[in-house]
Amino acid sequence: MHVSDTEQKDFLLAVEGLTVSFDGFKAVNDLSLYVDENEIRVIIGPNGAGKTTVLDLICGRTRPTDGSIRFSGQELTGMREHEIVHAGVGRKFQNPSIYEDLTVFENLELSFPRGRNVFGALFFRRDAEVRDRVEEVAELIFLKDHLDTEAAILSHGQKQWLEIGMLLIQSPKLLMLDEPVAGMSVGERIKTAELLNTIIRNQSVIVIEHDMKFVEDIAHRVTVLHQGKVLSEGSMERVKHDPKVIEVYLGH
Amino acid sequence: MQSPMHSDSTFFSRQGWLSFVVLAAILLLVLPAAFDIFRLNLIGKYLTYAFVALGLVLCWGMGGILSLGQGIFFGLGGYCMAMFLKLEASTPEATKIQSTPGIPDFMDWNQLTELPVWWQPFHSFGFTLVAIIAVPALFAFVIGAAMFKRRVGGVYFAIITQAVAAIMTILIIGQQGYTGGVNGITDLRTLLGWDIRTDDAKLILYFVCAALLLGCVLLAQAINISKFGRLLVAMRDREDRVRFSGYDVSNFKIFIFCLAAAFSAIGGAMFTLQVGFMSPSFVGIVPSIEMVIFCAVGGRLSLFGAVYGALIVNAAKTSFSESFPELWLFAMGGLFIAVVMAFPNGLAGLYREHAEPWLRRLLKRSVARPAVAAAANTAN
Repeated sequence: MHVSDTEQKDFLLAVEGLTVSFDGFKAVNDLSLYVDENEIRVIIGPNGAGKTTVLDLICGRTRPTDGSIRFSGQELTGMREHEIVHAGVGRKFQNPSIYEDLTVFENLELSFPRGRNVFGALFFRRDAEVRDRVEEVAELIFLKDHLDTEAAILSHGQKQWLEIGMLLIQSPKLLMLDEPVAGMSVGERIKTAELLNTIIRNQSVIVIEHDMKFVEDIAHRVTVLHQGKVLSEGSMERVKHDPKVIEVYLGH
Repeated sequence: MQSPMHSDSTFFSRQGWLSFVVLAAILLLVLPAAFDIFRLNLIGKYLTYAFVALGLVLCWGMGGILSLGQGIFFGLGGYCMAMFLKLEASTPEATKIQSTPGIPDFMDWNQLTELPVWWQPFHSFGFTLVAIIAVPALFAFVIGAAMFKRRVGGVYFAIITQAVAAIMTILIIGQQGYTGGVNGITDLRTLLGWDIRTDDAKLILYFVCAALLLGCVLLAQAINISKFGRLLVAMRDREDRVRFSGYDVSNFKIFIFCLAAAFSAIGGAMFTLQVGFMSPSFVGIVPSIEMVIFCAVGGRLSLFGAVYGALIVNAAKTSFSESFPELWLFAMGGLFIAVVMAFPNGLAGLYREHAEPWLRRLLKRSVARPAVAAAANTAN
């Protein structure tokens, strides 16, 4: 359906024929996915549909068996994880993955894209540029007043924001968020939706989410995965009324 | 930890400087004043293990990389130094009764007729000093690169370091014509013509050792407060997050492992100088595990703790094994279990939880009543 315009358009991310098999089980099977600049794409699907695996494949955590992942003109398959990050892909994990023993400030500072090799880290200076950027991002993620708080004592929702902030400070072109609002209160969800809508002024976002209300709030387009394949794709409205989707996912 | 201005963290907190000054005073003033040269020489030997413990704080405590093979690097540093001293002691005049004069005695006993090529550079003191650091660091780099690039970590890494330590011992014992075998390299006499066996020399070597150790503490602290230090902690807790923040985690692990190896090697070289020989009994599995225990007892997160841990456990070992030689290993095992079960952050953790609040209260009171201040200071 969308294949016709794939040839003319330059997508930020073009995943084609992606397959990974674990001992013969194809967790992702011949999957194709195209993400535009400044788009929020939400991936939904029942448990075991391969959503997290797709993110793992894009960020290099899992190696694909077959297929290609092109990201702003660069082939990502075969690149190492940190090289993919340098290319501009940021990844948030399903459970908030932050440095609990460090403060919010230090968490963000470690994610600041400078001094990323051994000697760079040894001689890294916390200068005005770093401080300003950390404060700027902290404001975006609603943690401006918690810069000196040890990350371990943040609430679950704040931890989620902090990890999003750790991606933002890298200024990636693509953010991949695995269940960013899991465990958040209603108020926090609304703020997160606002945050994502602010982000996409110059970045694209792929979100995996189960919360349908949240998906409706943020998604430009929705991709439904089922058994490692794309079952349906399009606007939330369209996907919601797709009989195939209703059958496997939304119906119950 | 609080730094409201978010300026670069200060080198030491006031507490940290105090700890450093106290340690320096103990090492450079109190111990030399309190003990005779025989005991001081023993303490100097204990201090050589503190170098290893210091490396373990960085590598294991901060970075979460448990190496059970630090004896390898301690030994390599020690052997490099011993080779130089042995060559100096093996002048043709001193060894004229040998069938091949001018080579170390154990080579002659093993029917070697000339000095092996790889011994030759150890005629040079400059080369030896470089080799003491470079050989162990290079070896650590090879092990580290082979393991960390393949993402071998945790228990598997610990086991492999054990295996390497075992191989190293077997190699040294097996190649006795080249290494002095199970006896090691003994009968070391002079360093650039300066007799290291006299009491005066032992006193000077003790101070050199203590000064080097304090230097290493400062270097380790410099790393601790750098972004590298925070990355170590981050890697220990969330390796994947660090990797997906754009860091090549393996390079950081290799670096800190090499640095810990270099620290151990300095300790090994100072050991050779102060004790007067080097043997495979300081290289293998048991000494390597003992070194981890020194670090664990002192507190694997505290640089100062590691130094005190090495001193205290070794002092206990000496006094214990003088009276009950066969019980010492059990005591050591018991101590390790106690540390893991009861106080995982070691003596430093106990100090921080119990002694420090008490001290702080004491200091506060002494500010209020200056008369008490003098008393509190001497109590420190």
